[in-house]
Order: sequence, then structure tokens, then C-alpha cells
Amino acid sequence: MNYVFHFGVVWDHWRDLAEGAWLTIRLSAMAIVLGLALSIAGAYAKVNGPRLLRWPVAAYVETIRNTPFLVQIFIIYFSLPAIGIRLEANDAALAAMVINFGAYGTEIVRAGIEAVPQGQSEAARALGLSRLQTFRFVILFPAVKIVFPALASQFVLMMLGSSIVSAISAVELTAVTNSMQSTTFRAFEFYFVTTGIYLAMALGFRAVLGSIYWAVFRRNRPA
Amino acid sequence: MSREFGLSEFLFLVEAIRWTLLLSLIAFVGGGIAGLLVAVLRTSPVAPLRWLAIGFIQLFQGTPVLMQLFLCFYGITVLFHVEIDAWPAVTIAFTLYSGAFLGEIWRGSIEAVPRAQWEAAQCLALGYFHQLRFVILPQAMRISIPPTVGFLVQLIKGTSIASIIGVVELTRAGQLMTNVTFEPMRVYPAVAVLYFLLCWPLSLLSQYLERRIDQGLGIKRSL
Repeated sequence: MNYVFHFGVVWDHWRDLAEGAWLTIRLSAMAIVLGLALSIAGAYAKVNGPRLLRWPVAAYVETIRNTPFLVQIFIIYFSLPAIGIRLEANDAALAAMVINFGAYGTEIVRAGIEAVPQGQSEAARALGLSRLQTFRFVILFPAVKIVFPALASQFVLMMLGSSIVSAISAVELTAVTNSMQSTTFRAFEFYFVTTGIYLAMALGFRAVLGSIYWAVFRRNRPA
Repeated sequence: MSREFGLSEFLFLVEAIRWTLLLSLIAFVGGGIAGLLVAVLRTSPVAPLRWLAIGFIQLFQGTPVLMQLFLCFYGITVLFHVEIDAWPAVTIAFTLYSGAFLGEIWRGSIEAVPRAQWEAAQCLALGYFHQLRFVILPQAMRISIPPTVGFLVQLIKGTSIASIIGVVELTRAGQLMTNVTFEPMRVYPAVAVLYFLLCWPLSLLSQYLERRIDQGLGIKRSL
């Protein structure tokens, strides 16, 4: 082996990599918030909604979960303009991440809702709370608590999966790395460092989500 | 000069499915061998072996598949100074990636076998490997079937990423057809439908097996 590694080149471009990583973090954070909202709405519709709503939600979940993320991105970014919906690369990436996360999240949150003992909602209904109130004030909190670990690993998978949006020229970490390596011809060094950054971000996300869990569900809250 | 997205273009997509299936098969067989090793090491009584397996799993579950693919792709050039071909890189990357995930799934299955089974096997004077081989693994195997089939769906979808480094499987075939027909609105949904037809039956099978096998064994699966 007579290849000489040049990690100095990577260091010279640390600012670009940091910007790319920052966009990945922002995209993921926004997708988490919007995706979680979509998941809760989807799960509510699937458990409590009228039959007319349940079926389309189930179709959405199955469609997304049985097709590749990359193809979903292509449809949003390349196909939708044909019917007049034109999104910028970053918005298309965010939309794809939210829609993708929403499908997995719906199933996860639904499992959480079903794991909350039936007596809880019966008691709430007996106290005169409406269906929506029962869901909002009695069921939702313990349901999300039960499935939080599953949601957290899905979040991390989505953050890592976001590297794929580089395929549509959203300039997140992977796309930045792609363009850096093609101008410097130091592909291995760049991808090596970027892989390390992703690993650090995955550990960081896990730590942040762990402290959110602790702050929201553990402290002073019997559940 | 553009072609219409007609029957022969659609058949081009259908034919590309075999490469998607071949990639999935390679990843599943390679990953299966790696995963068995990871699962056995991860549950071994020797602590350093467990740490090794944990590190491997963390590394491959904490970084994007796309990065693993790029690193293998460019790593081969760096190490062997050969003109790069995508297939060896894809084989290595997907083997390691699915090895980490299958290893973690199978570890869960090994640990789901009641402790008393190990003890009983020990009482029959079986050594560690005989306990594993003749008592634990046959039982763990049944428990592991539903999540393994579920992971197969992830794997089939995951192979779409190979298109990014130029392997002409289903997704790449879709890109090629888009380039000649300029009809992304018809091509990408067609690609999505083909993936769905591959994945959905497996998803249903996995759910069905989960209900049946778990009932038979009296397991209540946590999330």
C-alpha cells in the first residue's frame, strides 16, 4: 500500500463541513417536531377516527413503509413539479423526511396508545371528558412515554437517512462532502471524517433525546 | 428527441428488479453470516468479545449506509490501487451493515430464550457451544423469524442506495428511464409501485408470523 493520507485537506474545509452538518441538524430537528405532530395525528385517526379516515391513513403508512426513501425523495422533487408543485431542494428534503417519519411514527404512537390500559380512557369518559379531551389529557402522555425509546431510535435512523437527500442537491453534510472530495480528490479522507461526524451526531441526538425523556417524563411526573 | 414511457420502458424497470433482488440476496446472505457471529459474540460470557460486538453494532447503526458505501468504494481504491467497480464495494458495505442490524435482532432473540434453558443444558453437561448450538439457537431461531422477515423489507428498500454509486438496479433504472422519457411523473411512481409489490407481501408475512409464532410461544413482544 503506497497511498499517502492527507487529512490536512479536510481540516482546511472544516467550515464547509460544519455548515453542512448544521443543515443536517436543522433539517432533522424540524423533521422531528413536524413528524411527531404528524405521527400523533395519524395515530389518533387510526385509533379513534371514523372509518373513512382510517383507511387513507393505513394506506399512507403502508405505502411509505414499503417503498425506499430515495424513491420518495425523487417523487417529491422530480415528479411533483409535473403537476405544478415545485419545491426547493431543502424544502423537498424536509417534506420527504417528515412524510417518511410520519408513517413510522404513526405505527409507533398507535402501539403506545393501545398499550395504555383501557380503564384509563373509560374512567376519563365516565368523568365526562370528550373523546378528544380524553386523548389529549389522559392517553397521549403515557402513550408517548411508553414508546419514547422506539421513537428515539426512529429519529436517529431518520437523521442518518437524511444523508440520502444529497441526491437532490440539498446541501447538507453528505452533499458538502461530495463536492469537497470531487474538487480535492481526497475522497477517502473526506468520507472518513464525515462518517465520524455522523457518528458523533447520532450519539449527540441520542443523548439529547435521553435528557428530553428524563426532563419530560421522569421528573415529578407519576405516569 | 424523447421517448414515450411505454411498455418497453416499463419492462426495462421490471427487468432491473433482478439486480435489486440479487443485491438484497447478497446483503442477506453476507449479513446473515456476519450477523450470526455478531449475535453470538454479543451474548458471549467473555466481556471483551461482547464489547467488540457492541462497538461494531454502534459503529454501523450510528452512521449512514451511504457513508459506509462510499468508504468501501473509495477504500478499495486506496488499499488496492485498482480501477473501482461498484459491486465489491456494495457487497462489503451491505454485508457489514446488515450484519450489524441482524446481529442486534438475533441477540434479542437469543436473550428471549428463558434463562432456565441455558441452566438445563448446563445440567446435561453440555459445553457452551453445544448449549448454544443444540438448545438455545434452535429456539431463538423461531423467535427471530418475524423480525428477520421485517428487516428483509428494510434491506430491499436499502439497496436503492446502491444506485447512488452507479449500480443499475430498480431505482437507477428509473433514473435512466426518466432521462430518456422526461416523464418523472410516470416513471418514479411506477418504480415505487414495483418496490411496494416486492415489499408489502413480506411486511404482511412478517406481521402474520409475529402473531402466530408469538402466540405459539406465549411471548409478548415489547417495542
